[in-house]
Formats: sequence, structure tokens, C-alpha cells
Amino acid sequence: MPKVCVCVKHSYDVSEIKVDPSTRAPVLVGVKKKTSDFDKNAIEEAVRLKEKLGWTVTAITYGPDDAKSALREALAMGVDEAVLVTDPGYEQSDTMVTSRFLAEAIKKEGPFDLILLGEVSIDGYTYQVGPRLAELLGLPQITHVRRLEVKEGEVVAERDLEEGYEVVSAKLPAVVTVTKEINEPRYPKLMDIMKASKKPIKTLTAADLGIPDDKKGAAGSGMEVLKAVAPEMKRKEHVIKGKEPPEAVAELLDLLAKEGVVR
Amino acid sequence: MSIWVYSENPDLMLELLGKGRELANQLGAELGAIVLGQGVASKAEELAYYGPDKVYLVDHPNLATFTAEPYTSALAGLANKYKPDAILLGATKRGNEVAARLAAKLNVGCVTNCTGVSIDPDTKLLLLNRLVYGGTAISTQRCKTKPQIATIPPRTFEKASKTDRKAEIIKEDVAVEEPKIKVLEFKKKEFKGVRLEEAEVVIVAGRGVKKKEDVVMLEELANLLGGVVGYTRPLAFDLKWADQWVGMSGVVVKPKLYIGVGVSGAIQHVAGIRDSKIIVAINSDPDAPIFKVADYGIVGDLYAVVPELVKALKAKAK
Repeated sequence: MPKVCVCVKHSYDVSEIKVDPSTRAPVLVGVKKKTSDFDKNAIEEAVRLKEKLGWTVTAITYGPDDAKSALREALAMGVDEAVLVTDPGYEQSDTMVTSRFLAEAIKKEGPFDLILLGEVSIDGYTYQVGPRLAELLGLPQITHVRRLEVKEGEVVAERDLEEGYEVVSAKLPAVVTVTKEINEPRYPKLMDIMKASKKPIKTLTAADLGIPDDKKGAAGSGMEVLKAVAPEMKRKEHVIKGKEPPEAVAELLDLLAKEGVVR
Repeated sequence: MSIWVYSENPDLMLELLGKGRELANQLGAELGAIVLGQGVASKAEELAYYGPDKVYLVDHPNLATFTAEPYTSALAGLANKYKPDAILLGATKRGNEVAARLAAKLNVGCVTNCTGVSIDPDTKLLLLNRLVYGGTAISTQRCKTKPQIATIPPRTFEKASKTDRKAEIIKEDVAVEEPKIKVLEFKKKEFKGVRLEEAEVVIVAGRGVKKKEDVVMLEELANLLGGVVGYTRPLAFDLKWADQWVGMSGVVVKPKLYIGVGVSGAIQHVAGIRDSKIIVAINSDPDAPIFKVADYGIVGDLYAVVPELVKALKAKAK
């Protein structure tokens, strides 16, 4: 049976990130993590291939031990096998290192007929991992897919681009990144969640994948983050409260006229 | 030393040439413009007047239709031959996918969607600013490998203007991969009137707007102000009121006047309106986060405030 691999990221829930008022740095400690939204769509699409065509589905994540919960969710949604690729240098890894670990794990667990992942992660938002994986694996890439049809040895996909929708085909194997529009991810049943909690999760390390020290963590990364601070929104914050609408509107229009944005 | 720029989007290419010229001058570097396609010699001729020192042209049948693999291989072929210090690409969806694949091919780092580019005085490397964590923070990043690869979204920098100076055009015969993807069809998106990203006034409907019919009221307001109506993600995506939304994951706007109507101000939305000149919020909840990032706001029921605003603007217009 053909095999599909779905790559998932256990991401920071960005809506929960707060800013340290004194340093203006984002505070990540204690922030809840979850399976990145778009990757859930990728899981759903993979599980539908299993249901429709009998493919087997492997979920792979690169992350720390807590990333297992993303794999548990994937298993509960119907994925057959789950692989945690882990390394102590994870937090310092850029997309180059992430893609390297994922590509090596895909080679080791494969061959796969199709590799699915979200178009972007909710926390990193780089759009890089899909195309990088495709290059490292020497496969065609089809990004931003909102509709996917898998046929014998081929995929037909509709991509969502700025100016229009592009329908393309490619021979399998291929790397496909999906948008949130492609499907509605299922909510696993309690029974499936319980079953998933007992399924084995395979762990792979840099040593298992033959990745040397200078190719991982900060040392293996192609870029570095020098700083991250919350942008200062210097706005006037002039809020009109407790006034009747006609009065409030008159005041607002007056202010906007002074700014020169309304006549 | 050299900086290269490339985008398949003609407007964005001029913006990259504008910023590229500025960076090249600061570094005393050469500015290279890349032109890829089939039968595109005239494009190279034209761009040669927009400030580059050299135009590198790859004219090849495999580049007749834009697909990632041949475009990436052409860029990689040029980069391997000439070893530029940095390559700035347009952060369209096509541009980002080529940038990332190129970075993997060249085994280098890449920073996508940069809203700021400057030069580190010590290392002479590019300092790249991008939003991270859903717009919570702006990070400063730096490539450790060369060529440095970064992508820049549309409308971030000023376009280069035409000059009298013509750059040298270098026609290159680099190896170009066969396309791996077959393009079967392209269905153009229909845009009515002014595009959101280009509008001078943007009125955004948020979750406070209860029914789709109520948007008529906002359209009336938009017409009076010479603007267009946009939506937040929950309305566009979850409720399917529109194909696109305003926000970090959708359309980034920078109008002269933004009015959020019933918009709460989630960080992902705010990240997409941050560069608006004036931000106005109308919301019944005085604690809505949008008020913290607004210049002016009215705490009140939008169903009372918006009609009043329409009435007042109509009276003014008379």
C-alpha cells in the first residue's frame, strides 16, 4: 500500500503569548503549545487518503519531548504510526536544521508516496519547511493547496495564490503544503484519544539519523535571531466613551478632519 | 561585493531595486537584477534603466511558465557562478517558495517576509526584521551563511525610478531543470473595485457585525470615505463572508485611514494593520484590545454609531 507522511509542528499558541512589560520581549515560558493549525489540516487530508484509498499514514514531528502530544493528537485522528525526531538543540534550530532532521527521518522511515504538511506554522510563519524538504528530498513541491486529488501515481492540486487559483499536477512522490481551507479537521472521539495514548511513538535522534554536531542546533543553522521585541504601537489612544452616538461621531469626525484623513 | 534582487512580480521588482540600490550604495556593492523567463530580453532591457549595475538574464524554455523547480535551479546556477553576498526576493507566495527551495539547494539560511532591511555596521551583513509569534514581536535576524537570502513583501519599500543610466545586460546559459509540475489551469481571482491592499481607506468588519446583510451599512460608509470594506479572519474564513481577510495571514493593509467596526483586535489582525496612518476603532467593549492600538475610538454600539457616522458624512458632503 502507498504511504503518506505528514509532518506536524507542536507550536506555541501565539494567542497566549504575553509581552514582558519591562523588556518588551515575548514571554514563551509557560505558554501552551498545540498542533499548528495548518498541520492539522494536513493530518486530516492524510487520514482521508487512508479512509478512501487505504494508504498508511505516518506522522513525524521534530521537537522536544512535549511534541509527543501533537503526535498523540495525530494518532487519535487516525494516523497509523508516529515518529518523534528530537534533539537538545531544537530551540536553537532554524528552518534549515528543522528541514534537515525531517528529511533524514523521512528517508529513514520511507519511502513515502506523498509528504503533506501545513503551508506555514502558526508560530514561526516562515513558509520555508515544505519547499526546503522538497529540495532536500529531490521532489516536486506544490504549496498553498486548497484542493487535492490523489490518483494513480499522480496528484492534481489547486493552489491558492495572490492573483488566482492555479491547478497543477505532479507525479508522485511529491511534497504538498496545505491551507486551512482544504478541509475541516475532525475532532477525535474520546475512545480514539484513549487508544492513541497507548500507541507506541518511535523516537529518532541526530545519532540515529547520522546528523553531526555541526549540522544541528545553533551551529547548524543558517541564520540567527539577534533579538525579538514587541513592536511599540505609538498611537494616540483617544477613546470617546459615555457619549451619545451623534456627539461621539461629531467629535470623531472633527479629530479625523484635523488629521487630514477626512474632509 | 554584490546584492541581487529578483521578483516575478513587476511592481515588487521595482521596489526591490529601490531598496537594493540604497543598500548597495551603503555597502559600496554592485546591484544585480535577475530576469528569468522565456522571451524576456525586452524585460531585461527595460529594467536596466531602473538602477541596477548589472542585469543577469536567463532566457530558457523551461522558464516559460513559473514553477518552483526550474526557477530555483536558474537562480542557483547564477548564484553558484557569481557568488553574490545577498539575494533579496519578493515575498509573494511564489517568491517565498523559491527562496526557501533555493536556500536548501545552496545549503544556507533564509529569512522570509522581512519588513525591514538594514546593514550591520560591524559585520556588513544584512539585519533583517520580521514579525514573529503571530505578530507579537518583531525580531532582528541575520544570516550566518552566504549568499544571505531574504524575502520582502509587496509595498514595503519605495519603487526605483527610471534613470538615464543603462546597466550592462549579461545573458547567462545556466542549466535549468525541467519543470516537475504541470500547470493545467489558472483561474483568476475576481477583484471588485479597488484592492484592499491599495485602498486609502479601509473599513474592516469584525465579529461585532452580526449578519452579512449588515455589511451594506459599512459599504455605505466606505463609499462616503472613498474606501473599501474588508473582513477579519473569523468573518471571512469561518463564516465564509469573503475570500480574503485583513491580517498577518491574509492581506496586510496600510491605508491612510483604517476603521475597525466591531473588531476586537487580535494580534494577528493588528499585525496586518500596524502601518496604517490613522487607526479608528468602534466597539461596544471598552476593554477590547483594539483600543490600545487605535488613535481614535468610540465605545458604543456599532449599530448606532455607524448609521450616525453615515448620516454626518452625508450632511457634510452636501
